[in-house]
Amino acid sequence: MNNKKNVMVFIESRAGKIAEVSLELLGAATDLAKKLGVQVEAVAIGHNLIDELSVLGHYGCQRVYYIDDMRLNHFTSIPYAKIVVSTIQAHNPGIVLFGATTMGRDVAPRVASALKCGLTADCTDLKIGEHKIKDKVYQDILLQIRPAFGGNIIATIVSPESVPSMATVREGVMKMVTPNPDLTVEIISEACQVNNDDFLTEVLEVISEEKAVNLKAAQVIVSAGMGASDPEAIALAQNLAHALCGELGCSRPVVDSGILDKDHQVGQTGITVRPNLYIACGISGQIQHRAGMSEAKRIIAINKDPHAPIFAIAHYGIIGDVKDILTKMIKAYKKA
Amino acid sequence: MDLRMIVTVKQVPDTHNVTGDAMKDDGTVNRAALPTIFNPEDLNALEEALKLKERTGGHITCISMGPPNAVEVLKECLYRGADDAILISDRRFAGADTLATSYALKCAIEQVGKYDLILCGRQAIDGDTAQVGPQIAEKLEINQLTCVAAVTEIDNKSITAKRSVEDGYEIVKSDFPALLTITASANEPRSANAKKVMTYKNIGKEICNSSYHESYMAAESCSILSHVKEWNVEAIKADPVQCGLSGSPTKVKKIQSVVLTGCESRQVANSDIAITNLMNELVSENIIG
Ligand SMILES: Cc1cc2nc3c(=O)[nH]c(=O)nc-3n(C[C@H](O)[C@H](O)[C@H](O)COP(=O)(O)OP(=O)(O)OC[C@H]3O[C@@H](n4cnc5c(N)ncnc54)[C@H](O)[C@@H]3O)c2cc1C
Ligand SMILES: Nc1ncnc2c1ncn2[C@@H]1O[C@H](COP(=O)(O)O)[C@@H](O)[C@H]1O
Repeated sequence: MNNKKNVMVFIESRAGKIAEVSLELLGAATDLAKKLGVQVEAVAIGHNLIDELSVLGHYGCQRVYYIDDMRLNHFTSIPYAKIVVSTIQAHNPGIVLFGATTMGRDVAPRVASALKCGLTADCTDLKIGEHKIKDKVYQDILLQIRPAFGGNIIATIVSPESVPSMATVREGVMKMVTPNPDLTVEIISEACQVNNDDFLTEVLEVISEEKAVNLKAAQVIVSAGMGASDPEAIALAQNLAHALCGELGCSRPVVDSGILDKDHQVGQTGITVRPNLYIACGISGQIQHRAGMSEAKRIIAINKDPHAPIFAIAHYGIIGDVKDILTKMIKAYKKA
Repeated sequence: MDLRMIVTVKQVPDTHNVTGDAMKDDGTVNRAALPTIFNPEDLNALEEALKLKERTGGHITCISMGPPNAVEVLKECLYRGADDAILISDRRFAGADTLATSYALKCAIEQVGKYDLILCGRQAIDGDTAQVGPQIAEKLEINQLTCVAAVTEIDNKSITAKRSVEDGYEIVKSDFPALLTITASANEPRSANAKKVMTYKNIGKEICNSSYHESYMAAESCSILSHVKEWNVEAIKADPVQCGLSGSPTKVKKIQSVVLTGCESRQVANSDIAITNLMNELVSENIIG
């Protein structure tokens, strides 16, 4: 067996399908494991998932601990948390990664609390490095990087004394690697150790709703910020998005003010997108917003303030009133 | 029915109005430089508790951990109809990450004693971590329902709620005791009641070393609360090592101001011609179809 402290990923599945974020995390875990000279492991919980698990290998997972039980078919907090805790205790990973989904954000804090270890939410980058406290040097620990406080700051968080170090990462933040069908994963079935008494949540109904928009898949996104949030500006942004076969995105305050649905929100706590073209309309460009769109192939920024930070990352900047400029763009494209 | 509810509320920096000196050199937050507000989703948690109280009767205790000034959010709770307010405040709690915060809140909740429901905001806007709620539940060994977008039913022993999840929602039911984290879509928080503002505006803080039960009994004999209780490490019977900085496994290693790595940027004039040229260029480069 290996005594090395491996990197472990919590594999999330919904309705028998493995979540994309888990596959993305396997890519990130592979990079970390390479630097540490360790392996990538995973813990998967559910019922009748075994056929789905082989794909984990294609994304770099070497070993998956699989806990199958009928009662685990649908996620509930306490059983899932207990199983992750006992898997960590049995196999001693040095790093554990979770998707920052409703499931990951429900289970990870409970696990961290039970193991009294550190957990950093919504990381935008993960690295390996060292940390000094007085004379003590901690080598090869996880550097958990995320924006903090309103946006002018990027914080690097470490949990040097906590084993394991744990982090959550939002869907889309880590780029998914190209799967390699030659790679295989060792599936190790483990017994479900939870009692009936731990199943304290009764799931009465599960209702799936189609998302109003699918930003992740869009090639063009026209995004409205607080400078483009009145009905007329939103309609213009929507028109341009429509003309370009794209989708309508927005910044967080537009969601917070109830103007658009959360499915439209781009950013650190929204959706991370990598479209061909991102048109930021009346968006100042705070780090939390940029964290979700800075990897777009081309960025057009429209803002009346020539000093807006968004211009610094835009390929094309247009200074002026958003409605005026959107109208011109729609007209220009229809002619083009 | 006498539903016993605890609501955790946090005073947070208004992250929409942050200035440059927001962080101190040691990587902790310079709270003095920031205006503070009632964490928005904690108002939703309080509102949900108030609605449940109106429906079934009950008692609401609000708890906040923070500097002395955090008493302001507790007063806001009283203005809206909370029955009781406790501030957990002590220098030894400073620098707490979510683990140390949830430990202190758990100790305080144990001092309050009996409860059916604990309601937290889903997340605090200073970090959006959404960890403290589930961590309190784990430490109290009780069930949790997170991301609650609506409470659909309540009876004398259980609660049913609608949870928002990625691809829709689910209806889940749990017996008491349970901890719920409430999202902004659950309700529209009420504003302060003018009469209550008059009543509670000038109430003081009472440093309590007596147990909650004794002070609660004393408070109940008079009909109007005259103090926000303030508890320190000893009052909540906490292990000081597990509080504050020493109880926090996560450390801030480094704070960097954001350097905008500029890309090659081109200014486009706000004119019909320039914008038409830009659109044509994007079409010819196959960026748009
Ligand atoms: C923990 C945390 C997480 C966050 N997560 C996210 C996230 O995921 N996504 C996100 O977007 N934000 C997020 N934020 C918020 C972020 O910090 C900013 O507050 C937000 O992105 C600002 O949105 P905005 O640019 O639309 O609004 P503002 O900052 O108000 O900017 C409006 C802009 O519009 C311009 N403008 C106004 N009128 C016009 C006009 N007529 N024509 C042209 N321009 C005009 C102004 O010059 C200004 O630049 C988060 C914050 C925190 C603390
Ligand atoms: N210091 C605190 N005092 C009281 N409640 C808190 C505190 N910190 C967090 N909470 C509660 O936990 C929720 C989640 O916080 P967070 O994990 O920081 O996002 C908040 O909405 C509050 O209800």
